Amino acid sequence: MNARVLNFLGLGLVGIVGVAFLVLTPRLAELDTVLDLTIYMIMAILALSLALIWGYGGILCFGQSAFFGLGAYTYAIAMFNIGDSTVPLLLAIVLPAAFAALLGYFMFYGRISDVYLGVITLTVTLILFNSVNSTAGPEFHIGVARLGGFNGIPGIPPLNYPGNKAAVIDLEGMFYLSTAALLATYFGLRLLLASRFGRIIVGIRENERRAELLGYDPRAYKLVTFTIGGALAGFAGCLFANWGNFVSPTIFGLAQSAQIIIWVIVGGRGTLIGPIVGCIGVQWLSAALGANQPSGSDWWARLLANVPLILGIILVAFVLLVPKGLVPTLGDFGLWLVRSRGRRVATSLKPKQAEEG
Amino acid sequence: MDLIALLAIQVLYAIASLALISVGLAIIFGMMRVINLAHGEFLMLGGYAAIVATSNGISIWIAILVVAPVVVGIIGIIVERTIIRFLYGRMIDTMLATWGLSLFLVGLTTAIFGNTTVGISAPLGSFQIGDYRTSGYTLFVIAVAAVTLGCIFATLRWTRLGLIARGTMQNADMAAALGVNPPRVYAITFGVGAALSGLAGAVLAPVSGVFPTIGVAYVAKSFITVIGGGAAILSGTVSASTLFGTINQIATFATTPVFGEVALLATAIVLIRLLPQGITGRFFRRGL
Repeated sequence: MNARVLNFLGLGLVGIVGVAFLVLTPRLAELDTVLDLTIYMIMAILALSLALIWGYGGILCFGQSAFFGLGAYTYAIAMFNIGDSTVPLLLAIVLPAAFAALLGYFMFYGRISDVYLGVITLTVTLILFNSVNSTAGPEFHIGVARLGGFNGIPGIPPLNYPGNKAAVIDLEGMFYLSTAALLATYFGLRLLLASRFGRIIVGIRENERRAELLGYDPRAYKLVTFTIGGALAGFAGCLFANWGNFVSPTIFGLAQSAQIIIWVIVGGRGTLIGPIVGCIGVQWLSAALGANQPSGSDWWARLLANVPLILGIILVAFVLLVPKGLVPTLGDFGLWLVRSRGRRVATSLKPKQAEEG
Repeated sequence: MDLIALLAIQVLYAIASLALISVGLAIIFGMMRVINLAHGEFLMLGGYAAIVATSNGISIWIAILVVAPVVVGIIGIIVERTIIRFLYGRMIDTMLATWGLSLFLVGLTTAIFGNTTVGISAPLGSFQIGDYRTSGYTLFVIAVAAVTLGCIFATLRWTRLGLIARGTMQNADMAAALGVNPPRVYAITFGVGAALSGLAGAVLAPVSGVFPTIGVAYVAKSFITVIGGGAAILSGTVSASTLFGTINQIATFATTPVFGEVALLATAIVLIRLLPQGITGRFFRRGL
C-alpha cells in the first residue's frame, strides 16, 4: 500500500466518521450534550485556522484570538444594526481577514523574524483587549450596538436562514451548521494544501531562503496564508457569538490565545486532524476538570480542578517530551509497528521466496 | 511650573518602572536568546514573596529588597535546571514551554493565595510640589531603578563575572575553549535575571497590588521594551524604556491610562517595524 492510497483511505475515513457524527449525534444524544459538542466543533475550526498558519505556514501567531474575537464582535455589532444575519456573517469573515492582511503586510513585508512576529501578534491582541475592555460607557457605540466594555455584549440575535429574518436557526441547527462547517473547512484545507499553493507554503516553512531563490516570494505567500487563517478564525468567532449569544473582551485574552496554541501543539503541527483532536481533547479535559469544583479544603482536589495549572503542565510536558504532538507521534509509532512487522514477515518468507525465485 | 515638575516626575517614574520590569528579561534574552514568557509570573512571585514576608513580621524594606529577589532567584535557577536547559537553541519551543510554565504558576498561586488582590500599603507617605501632592514611594521606585541599572553596569564593566558573562554572550564556544563552563554561566544568569524580576515585582507591589494574573499586565510591556531596545542589555533597556515610558505617560496625561497603554503598544509595533534589530541595532552600538 503506497502513501497515496493511504492518504485517500484516511480522507475517506475522516469523511465517513464526520458525516456519521453529523447525522447521528442529534438523534442519539441529549440536547445539552449536543450543545457542548457544538462548541467543540466551533473551536475546532479555530484550531484549524492556526493549524494552517502555524503548522503549515510556519507563522507562529500568538494572537489568533484577535481574529476570533474580531469576528465575534463584528457579527454582534452588525447583527444589532442590520437584523438579517447574511451580511453580518460575511462581515465577520471579511473584516478579520482584512485586519489579518493589514497586520500581515506590516510584519511580512517588514521581514520580521519568527520571534518578533510572536511578540507583535501578542501585543496586538493585548491592544485589542485593553481598548475593548475600556469601552464600558454609553458613549462607545457603533450604530445602535453598545460595545459594553468589560461587560461584553449580551443577547446577540442568532443566525437565520438567508433572507428570512424570522426563520432563526435553532440549537440543533447550530450543531448541524458548525459540524458541517468544520468538515467543509477540513476538506477545503486538505484541498488547498494539496494544491500548488499548499506545496509552496510548506516549502517556505521548510526553508524560506531556498524558496525565495527558486523564485517564489515568501512574503506574498505568507500574507495569503495569514489572511486565510484570519478569515477562518473570524468565521469561528461568528459561530461562537451565535452559540453563547454573548461576547466579552476575554475572548481577546491571552488565556484564549494560549488555548489555541495548546490545541495545535498537543495535536501536532503539520497535520490537520491533530489540532482537531487536540482541541476536542483539551476542551473536554478542561470541562471535566473544571466541572467539579471542590468546596472543601482538600488540596489535591483543588489543584486538579485548577484548569490553568493542568494546561500549563500539559504544555510544558508536550514541548519537552512529545514535541511533535500526538497525531504525528502516533503515526510514527504506527509506521514503526508496520515496518517491524513487515521486516519479520519478510525474514520468515525469505527461504521460501528463494525457492520460488 | 509645578505641573511640569509633577509631569516630569511621572514620566521619570514611568521610565523607571518600565526599566525595572524589563531588565531581568533583557539579561535573560540578551544572554541566552531565551524568550521567557513566564517573566510576568516571576514578577508576580516577587510581589507575593514580599507580601508574605511582611505579613510574617519582616521589615518591608528587607522584604522588598532582599527576600523577594532571593526567593525568585532560587525559583529561576530551579526552572532553568528543570526546563530551560533542555531547550537552548530552540527559541520557539522555549517560548512555548515558558508559556506553559506561566499558566502553571498562575494556577498554582491561585490555588494557594486565591483569586483576590492583596496589597501592602506604600511606605514613605507623600510630599508637596506647589499645589500638587505626590507619593514619596514614586521617588523610591526611581531610585531603585537607577541603583539597579548602575549595579548591572558596574558588574558587567568592571568585574570578572561580568567579563565572563559578556564573553559567553558574544561567543559561547570560544568562552568554553578558554575554560569557562557555559551551562553554569547560563544557570547563574537565568537566576540573576529572575532575581531582578522578583525585585521589580516586589518594588511595584505596593503600587499595583498583587493578584495571580498580574503577570499578563507586565509581560507584553517588558517584552516590547526588550525587543525594542535590541541586543545591548543596558543601553537597550534604558533607551527603549525612555521612549516608551515618555509616550505612555504623555498619552495617559492627555487621555486615559488605558489609551496610554495602547499608545505605548502601538509605538512599539511601529518601532519594531522600522528597526527590527531594536534601537541598539542602529544606535549606541558600542554600549553594554
